[in-house]
Amino acid sequence: MALEPVQVIDPTATARHATTERRTARFLLTGIALVFLALFLVLPLVSVFVEAFRKGPAEYFAAFSEPDAQAAIRLTLLVASIAVPLNVVFGVVAAWAIAKFEFKGKAFLTTLIDLPFSVSPVISGLVYVLLFSSQSALGPWLKSHGIEILFAVPGIVLATMFVTFPFVARELIPLMQEQGTTDEEAALSLGANGWQTFWHVTLPNIKWGLLYGVLLCNARAMGEFGAVSVVSGHIRGLTNTMPLHVEILYNEYNFVAAFAVASLLALLALVTLVLKTLLELRYGAELRAVGGH
Amino acid sequence: MTLGFTLAYLALIVLIPLTGLVLRSASLGFPGFWHVATDPRTVNALRISFGTSLIAAVINVIFGVIVAWVLVRYRFPGRRIVDAIVDLPFALPTAVAGIALTALYSRNGWIGRWLDLIGIKVAFTPIGITIALIFIGLPFVVRTVQPVMEEIRKEVEEAAATLGANRFQTITRVLLPGLQPAILTGFALAFARAVGEYGSVIFIAGNLPYVSEIAPLLIVIRLEEFDYAGATAIATIMLLISFFMLFVINLIQAWSRRRYGYGA
Amino acid sequence: MDVRVSGVRKEFDRFPALHDVSLDINSGELIALLGPSGSGKTTLLRLIAGLETPTEGKVFFGDEDASLKSVQERNVGFVFQHYALFRHMTVIDNVGFGLKVRPGSSRPSKDEIRRRSSELLDFVQLSGLEKRYPAQLSGGQRQRVALARAMAIEPRVLLLDEPFGALDAKVRKELRRWLREIHDKTKHTTVFVTHDQDEALELADRVVVMSQGRIEQIGTPDEVYDRPNSPFVYSFIGESSSIGVQIKNGELRLDGQALSISSDRPDGEALLYFRPHDVDLIEDSNGGIAGTVVASRRVGATRRIELRIAGVTDHVEIEIPADHPATETSRIAFRPKHWRVFPKS
Repeated sequence: MALEPVQVIDPTATARHATTERRTARFLLTGIALVFLALFLVLPLVSVFVEAFRKGPAEYFAAFSEPDAQAAIRLTLLVASIAVPLNVVFGVVAAWAIAKFEFKGKAFLTTLIDLPFSVSPVISGLVYVLLFSSQSALGPWLKSHGIEILFAVPGIVLATMFVTFPFVARELIPLMQEQGTTDEEAALSLGANGWQTFWHVTLPNIKWGLLYGVLLCNARAMGEFGAVSVVSGHIRGLTNTMPLHVEILYNEYNFVAAFAVASLLALLALVTLVLKTLLELRYGAELRAVGGH
Repeated sequence: MTLGFTLAYLALIVLIPLTGLVLRSASLGFPGFWHVATDPRTVNALRISFGTSLIAAVINVIFGVIVAWVLVRYRFPGRRIVDAIVDLPFALPTAVAGIALTALYSRNGWIGRWLDLIGIKVAFTPIGITIALIFIGLPFVVRTVQPVMEEIRKEVEEAAATLGANRFQTITRVLLPGLQPAILTGFALAFARAVGEYGSVIFIAGNLPYVSEIAPLLIVIRLEEFDYAGATAIATIMLLISFFMLFVINLIQAWSRRRYGYGA
Repeated sequence: MDVRVSGVRKEFDRFPALHDVSLDINSGELIALLGPSGSGKTTLLRLIAGLETPTEGKVFFGDEDASLKSVQERNVGFVFQHYALFRHMTVIDNVGFGLKVRPGSSRPSKDEIRRRSSELLDFVQLSGLEKRYPAQLSGGQRQRVALARAMAIEPRVLLLDEPFGALDAKVRKELRRWLREIHDKTKHTTVFVTHDQDEALELADRVVVMSQGRIEQIGTPDEVYDRPNSPFVYSFIGESSSIGVQIKNGELRLDGQALSISSDRPDGEALLYFRPHDVDLIEDSNGGIAGTVVASRRVGATRRIELRIAGVTDHVEIEIPADHPATETSRIAFRPKHWRVFPKS
């Protein structure tokens, strides 16, 4: 039987080629992108949960009844509950100062706020070690007054603050700059005082951007490893946050427990991503000024 | 008042500690600094850090541009979810990523098992470091390139087509060169982040001195040996290089804005 | 190159953008596609270019069926409303792009491309700006680069989409005259889209008036202005007034009064169209249209008045000499010099 050559004519083909690729190229590129993301991003995430449940749910939940694990969870929550609010206050104030006022050195100040993003977390921890260690200028004075910062909770909080410092300010600065000062001027002209203006005008305008920043700040605060690792001293039950506890369990070959604690952190990441995506979908326009990072 | 608070907070949390680092480094004197900087172990650690970061950033540029293109241009079910997943490395704690990647790529891991068959060892080698750095660097490229891609006017592609360019020529001669500043910025961001990365790397790296020991880890090791001078010197070198990278990023953007009228 | 559009229909997601459009463009002609937004004029232009594919119908370049060819193969010069210059290329690289992407066999040498690009830049009066980037040019300069770039590929037909739409009024007028000169020199078959009637009437050899996906009228500027063949064209091009009238025995009547205007249309309701400035004022209301002045305002060299006319719901506008003594509440009678009668739709 002779095969007739079949010519398939896509009626839209000639014009479509102007601005998109051939179907095969589209499938190929989409395939490459999806396989790459699956291999490098999704698979590690999935493996956290698979490894955590490797020996069944009983072992999994047993990992959390460990007093050290519970101490680590408590410490992580404590650190985040101190560092995040402080950085929120700072972020709002700094964004307000930068967006609504003109002063010399503004560009430099903005660069400084971004600084912790470009410094290795290990170095972020190191600077506090150098500042507060017994070899430092402050060290002996701290010791004689019985103040413990390094290898104690205050050091962990400080290091966490350092690395999560830019998140809120960075989300808010472009947002507030875009909104300008007309709303505030209107409120002031109507007789509102500075605080009322902030509370009733500025804050409602930035609330979704603020929430977005808090979300990212919190995820990083709870998950920070490098900086905290350097200042914590790894004292079990005392100065171990969840990520540090994961490391200890892992190095002790207690894999199920390590991945069980890691799965909590992974859940936190997933919740963060879901909330972030919802915020972007619902309030995209109000976050529009927000750049990627 | 608000400005005063901003400056005070900034000084307390960021500036004073960083100044401490620089002062400490200066107190070493140049000979002391040079001694640490030229120590073979330091040199190797820096070389491994920068080398793997460079390779990871290059791979991220290639695949990051493809991912961004697919997300911006093609419509397929689950696109929004895929888009959200790109941010996973921003949200997932680095230590979690580190142990997960190690589990995947170790000899009996889901991927390592197959690579082992063809004789490729990933975990505990520089390849493993590179894989971890690809993980944490990808979103920097995608999220820098994506918004610029979204702004490409359809007209520009149509113009190229009416002038006779085929699709391949349109992409390689018009679209990609137009994205060049954004791609360079994304590359620099991914590279800078990779150089300083610690948590996701140390589990998979194996941490063999001279072979798979990264610079941030060497800082930690020096600190644990109470060799604060050594740690400080390595940190200073890394900081200098990071600032240089930041400077380069700013140059790219300023140059692009001046020349083409758009930033990255 | 003759261009023939034959029975073209275009739907976007079932939404019709063009219904059965046919158009013959002669070689060397300068044609304006004129219409309000949504009239389908840009779609028609893009169909000729090959940037859209017709749902039905064909486009011919000469005797050749261009519908079978991709946009790259059609060799058309297209100038976009927002220029669509390649912003990372210098001016001269933009102009030379079409030559550089030609396949090896037909690609001129590098020097030749450079020479031709320079020549074209000279032709569009942009010599000296070769090394600039688009961002460093004014809007008018960018449009000239876009035109030079389109002409560099020696196109069979030049298509311009709202070429002056993004420019300010003064530059628009300059470029308009300049485009006419270029066309007179190069004799490219040229089609441009505009919603500006002045632009179309001043520039084009023939004007294609479009509305709601259909061609309303094709004609020289004089034809479409002086002899509009539909109420739409009457009101879209130039000023127009209309009055609802009745036709009885081939004679127009208004409120029972004969207007001494005859029509070969069948008896019934109809609309009388005329230009407000194209009327004779008459003393005697007999045989004319008479009304009471309700508003009057000075417009340039003339005075425009609104008349309330018995039997007509809307006020009717006409123009009278500025020194005419009529004031509000005066009565005025007039008779249009030229008019057309259309059935009441």
